[in-house]
Amino acid sequence: MLRVSGLTKVFGTREREALRLAGEGLGRDEIHRRTGSTLAVHDVSFSVERGELFVVMGLSGSGKSTLVRLLNRLIEPSAGTVEVEGRDLRALDDAALRTVRNEKISMVFQHFALLPHRTVRENAAYALKVRGAGAAEQRERADWALETVGLLDRAGARPDELSGGMRQRVGLARALAADSEVLLMDEPFSALDPLIRRDMQDLLERLQAELAKTIVFITHDLNEAMRLGDRILMLKDGRTVQLGTGPEIISAPADDYVADFTSDVDRTRVLTAGDLLREPRMTARLGDAPGTVLRALGAAEANGVLVLDGDGRLAGVARDDLLARAVQEGRPAIGPRDLVADHATIAADRPVVEFVHLVGRHVVPLAVVDAEGRLLGVVPRAAVLDALSAAPVRGRRP
Amino acid sequence: MIPHLPLGQWVSDLIDWLLETVPWLFDAVAAVMQVLVDGLTDVLVSPPPVVWIVVFTVVALVLRGPWLALYTLLAFLLVVSLELWSETMQTLALVLVAAVVATAIGVPLGILAARRRAVSVAVRPVLDFMQTTPVFVYLIPAVFFFGVGVVPGVVATILFAIPPGVRLTELGIRQVDREVVEAARAFGARPGQVLREVQLPLALPSIMAGVNQVIMLALSMVVTAGLLGAAGLGAVVVRAVTQLDVASGFEGGLAVVLLAIFLDRLTGAFGQRTALSRLLHLRRQTERQQRPVGGAETGLVSPAG
Repeated sequence: MLRVSGLTKVFGTREREALRLAGEGLGRDEIHRRTGSTLAVHDVSFSVERGELFVVMGLSGSGKSTLVRLLNRLIEPSAGTVEVEGRDLRALDDAALRTVRNEKISMVFQHFALLPHRTVRENAAYALKVRGAGAAEQRERADWALETVGLLDRAGARPDELSGGMRQRVGLARALAADSEVLLMDEPFSALDPLIRRDMQDLLERLQAELAKTIVFITHDLNEAMRLGDRILMLKDGRTVQLGTGPEIISAPADDYVADFTSDVDRTRVLTAGDLLREPRMTARLGDAPGTVLRALGAAEANGVLVLDGDGRLAGVARDDLLARAVQEGRPAIGPRDLVADHATIAADRPVVEFVHLVGRHVVPLAVVDAEGRLLGVVPRAAVLDALSAAPVRGRRP
Repeated sequence: MIPHLPLGQWVSDLIDWLLETVPWLFDAVAAVMQVLVDGLTDVLVSPPPVVWIVVFTVVALVLRGPWLALYTLLAFLLVVSLELWSETMQTLALVLVAAVVATAIGVPLGILAARRRAVSVAVRPVLDFMQTTPVFVYLIPAVFFFGVGVVPGVVATILFAIPPGVRLTELGIRQVDREVVEAARAFGARPGQVLREVQLPLALPSIMAGVNQVIMLALSMVVTAGLLGAAGLGAVVVRAVTQLDVASGFEGGLAVVLLAIFLDRLTGAFGQRTALSRLLHLRRQTERQQRPVGGAETGLVSPAG
């Protein structure tokens, strides 16, 4: 959907020379000392799939705000390509570029950037007004977008009558009303209070679940990045430091810079059941002989075992005392009435924070199941404790 | 030794050359100015004073509120009782024409300067020059080009009044929130749309402060223009000075001040929220409150249709 390759931006007059020095691997400071030009973004490449929420994460000065503006050519790239749906934006003339901005790529700004002299509805309808849509269509699209962000009742208000969170909802509505596939979000929630920020993140997650836009989301907050991002690009001094999913970055930070970030991250919200998944040490099936299973339990020093049906779905738990009774009563196979529901299940995509209280409560480990109830694996208590206590892997630090 | 540089001679030669080369230009400018000032003066002076006093008072009431309306009423009644009504209206006509022309030149120039760095760099020293040149110096070329009478007065006044219009327009546009301009561009607005829909509306308070300054400068130039024979309060003051007539000098000066306060307060309101716009705003709010508010507002809703 969005493909970026070798994207580079130099601010300053001696662009060519700065590019050459950057190509030789010189750092930003050295290039600035020699040419007076600033290497804001250097050789960044990535591609964002349709419906993916891609996070670019970095501290201030890392070039992330410049990077996002290169994507719609609000800032003209010095080198590299930006392709949207296979079209190279740098090859477009001004008129064609404006059409792409109007119809394909929308942007949400850190400080909302609403027109203060227009109503909320007029702000939301801005892209449609620019493209020359009729009044009825403008109103319809704007009202739909405002309803989507929960702000239709303030459609007649002016931005300065709204709180920060509400203003950013208008900013979001303006981007949604344009009905563009790609959304660029430049630190959209940084200017908001923590509680409001949480609300807005929730809103974005719900929107994304429903609308599945292709989003490039800029932030300096790794918790936000981990929470929202399908994948995260870590940017430092204009260069890519690491690109991967949240759990990948947490478990194997590429260098000290990334590791410093990850040490502050709340792992219980990043790591999911799927990340901690283990092969169960043993399972039983309906129809197995109770005596055999009981002996296996004894050998494994366990008190119970997860029992699957013929399709691999979780049927329940066979506890040692109930197995012993079945043996005494001479039943040849484990049936449904030998099972108890002494276990808990969780889906693979749920974060640790949602199931940490379930771990270790039962005779069997926490079972991870898919949507059909098939057993994917288990999460033993030790695995959770291990993941939460593990120090991040540090690169060169002694 | 440093040789003498005949700079003044060059300027003088330039003026001569212009007069010989494009006399039609000055004739045309003179004709237009004459018509504008004469026409406006006729409109202001012909009806009995009470008509315009009522109009001014109502305008003051609508734009600014009852206090300025009261001031307007009393100030212009005082002018009438000083028997300076027609002179004041002649001055007002001259100021308005000069201010409109100066604004028409200054604001577009300011817009251009805000958009093109080169224009800004080129214009700034010219404005510095225009603002620091003693006012009487303007009169010399004005007289050469346009002779005596009201036209050279108007032209000198226009030149004198242009700078704040340019400066405050440029400043206003430059001060518009960069992110808002960026947002308009990010949604595909053309440069002209960005200017019309974002930059000019948001720069309006500053531009209007510029217009206010243009008007005040124009008024301050009026007495000087009186030296050239432009009719009005300037002529009254000049005559009083030459005849050492303290009484009529004071009266003429007072009329200028009364007119100045009226124009300043009135145009100072342009950039701010006026009584009128407050009234409109209030009405919009009541309409909004009366409109029924429907639907659960926080849930997610699918695209319509």
